[in-house]
Amino acid sequence: MTPDIGVAATVTDTSRKSQPLEPARVALVGNPNSGKTALFNALTGSRQKVANYAGVTVERKEGVLTAPSGRQMRVLDLPGTYSLRARSPDEAVTRDAVLGRLAGEAAPEALICVADATNLRLVLRLVLELKQVGRPFVLALNMFDIAQRQGLRIDLERLSKELGAPIVTTVATRKRGLPDLLEKVEGLVAAQKPEAESVWREPSAAEIRAAHAEAQRIFKACVKPPERPDTVTGKIDGVLLHPVAGLLILLTLLFVMFQAVFTWATPAMDGIDAGFAALVAFTNAHLPHGLLTSFIADGLIAGVGSVLVFLPQILILFFFILMLEDSGYMARAAFLMDRIMGGAGLHGRAFIPLLSSFACAIPGIMSTRVIDNREDRLTTILVAPLMTCSARIPVYTLIIGAFIPQHTVAGFLSLQGLVMFGLYASGIVSALLVSFVIRRVFWRGAVEPFMMELPTYRWPEPRNVLMNLLTRARIFMARAGRIILPLMVLVWVLSTFPYPPEGATGPAIDYSIAGRVGQFIAPLMAPIGFNWQMTVALIPGMAAREVAVAVLGTVYAVSGEDGETGALSTLLKNQWSLASALSFLAWYVFAPQCMPTLGVVKRETNSWVWPTVMFVYMVSLAYLASFVTYHVAVALGAG
Amino acid sequence: MSEAFVLSPEFEPVAVDPTGDPAGVRPLAVAGPGDRGVIVKVTGVSGAAEAVAAEELERRLLEMGFVEGATIEVLHQGLFGRDPIAVRVDDTRVALRRREAGAVSVLFEGGRREAGAVSVKFDGR
Repeated sequence: MTPDIGVAATVTDTSRKSQPLEPARVALVGNPNSGKTALFNALTGSRQKVANYAGVTVERKEGVLTAPSGRQMRVLDLPGTYSLRARSPDEAVTRDAVLGRLAGEAAPEALICVADATNLRLVLRLVLELKQVGRPFVLALNMFDIAQRQGLRIDLERLSKELGAPIVTTVATRKRGLPDLLEKVEGLVAAQKPEAESVWREPSAAEIRAAHAEAQRIFKACVKPPERPDTVTGKIDGVLLHPVAGLLILLTLLFVMFQAVFTWATPAMDGIDAGFAALVAFTNAHLPHGLLTSFIADGLIAGVGSVLVFLPQILILFFFILMLEDSGYMARAAFLMDRIMGGAGLHGRAFIPLLSSFACAIPGIMSTRVIDNREDRLTTILVAPLMTCSARIPVYTLIIGAFIPQHTVAGFLSLQGLVMFGLYASGIVSALLVSFVIRRVFWRGAVEPFMMELPTYRWPEPRNVLMNLLTRARIFMARAGRIILPLMVLVWVLSTFPYPPEGATGPAIDYSIAGRVGQFIAPLMAPIGFNWQMTVALIPGMAAREVAVAVLGTVYAVSGEDGETGALSTLLKNQWSLASALSFLAWYVFAPQCMPTLGVVKRETNSWVWPTVMFVYMVSLAYLASFVTYHVAVALGAG
Repeated sequence: MSEAFVLSPEFEPVAVDPTGDPAGVRPLAVAGPGDRGVIVKVTGVSGAAEAVAAEELERRLLEMGFVEGATIEVLHQGLFGRDPIAVRVDDTRVALRRREAGAVSVLFEGGRREAGAVSVKFDGR
């Protein structure tokens, strides 16, 4: 139990009538796509806190609000569900929270059941389940403006009587109906009816049928069909779900998104990079040379910088994902991709996590939470780092720039671009192959059902998208920061200690633990064409892939802030053979050169088994790929 | 996947169904876009190896609105293997794979409509 909630609960019990009242505890439940999160945003504004529920990796979103009467309320946004009968960890949280069984959480005093007013049929059955729980609730008929526009007539009085709960009509995106809603919630909390004993239990198929029939009866009695039903969604689907055109549109959309992630983010990333480089230089210049300065500059500042530099890309990526989600297109994308992904043994919902992994595997792995089935989710997590993340780009650019000539192939294709494309393609193809092998060889279990609602298309609400974007960014920064920073510090320690002896001639890193480990394993890497400098660069490169570029600069003692890459690439060209360079590229396609990713996998799976499995399989693949690449290249005369 | 539901490339939805049911009751798994009818039976047995028990599949289908008496229309299908399919159940649009659709039996109407057309019909209300 979190301390503040614990206090609230005890105080409320003893001094309920005294002023000021402790915040009332309210929870939002509802079907997916009911506008529940929009309502949560409208109610709580920026006063939101995102964390995890104790012991599970399900997001806990809570906000505080002040009702018109001055009463404070804590509002919990529970994961969307069609039933209290939970199928995924997310839905289990909703069930347990509603039942007041969730470890570490005080039971809510009242529930707000959020329903899409234009799509009541399925939610009524959920409402009947809530009724069995016995906790007081309000039914919020959200998106009521759309219902009115369609000429849908709902007998609110009768519906309220049938369900035994007050009903409020709301338009979350316009903040309509909120005072009324809060007043009703306050009324329920204040009434303090002795809580009815919960008679809810997991319904059998027969009971679901009976509840459906009852919901259907209520629906027919209270809802008159719309005079002007939505025909737009059907028309749009005619194009977007067209077997051929739909796929082409999806691919185009992905291409645009991909371009945006890389081109729009570049100025901001360069700015952040330059800013942190300047900060490091400033610190080095103005603080006395020594351990503390090195720690602050190279450990802390560079560490924070390496996290922040990906923020622009991740924001753009999340922006697209939120737009696609809020508009209702995401479910269509999963529909279009299901068969293609299914061929490789992946679930349709693995699409978004894998897409996110092109920016960075960390948000990708975090977003695998939408996949219900454990094996499906683990498979997705295991292959996500094979997607070419943006941290590989500096490495690829350096090596390609140094070794691949700027030829033009077939008249218009640049050879360098082709190699880059080849590296991306190898990542995708190997991810599909690996998941295929995992699902066909290791987990030959049957396939999880794919069933999802295709929601009505809607224009995303800019305010809502912005708020969700900020929430996502905050979550990423908090989680990634907590994992990446300590690792950066660790890598700094490894590459700093022990100091070089007096009169040492080589660069300092050669004498550090990282340098020694690198030289120690260098013979192991010789068969794949790596010299010891390359091997040494891999050790600090475990912090983040692009760090290897900086380390190569250090071990080859390239000096000067400007033109460093240019100088380095000339130097590499003279020092490495083409075969070694290609082998290094192949290594980077597969190798788990990213401890933060492994850290996130540990966190998301709650076990060291999966990061270990990931590390072992990726290192093996990397070694194999580099070995083959090197020897083929040598045989072709590139040695 | 059971032999009955393997969809060959030359599969034609209006053709006589594999079970040869004279009453026009066929599994949803063999329907094509434009086919419409009424759900007559929902079981958890899809005829394919499912990751979830039959009872669980049945409950999931019911919770998504696949319930006896609901009107259903197939709206779209995927490019590869004509899978998955998008259907309208009463007034909710749902996507599902043909294998799970094997657990839903539908009494189809005789005629077919154009794929992608929008139905605004509401059952008897």
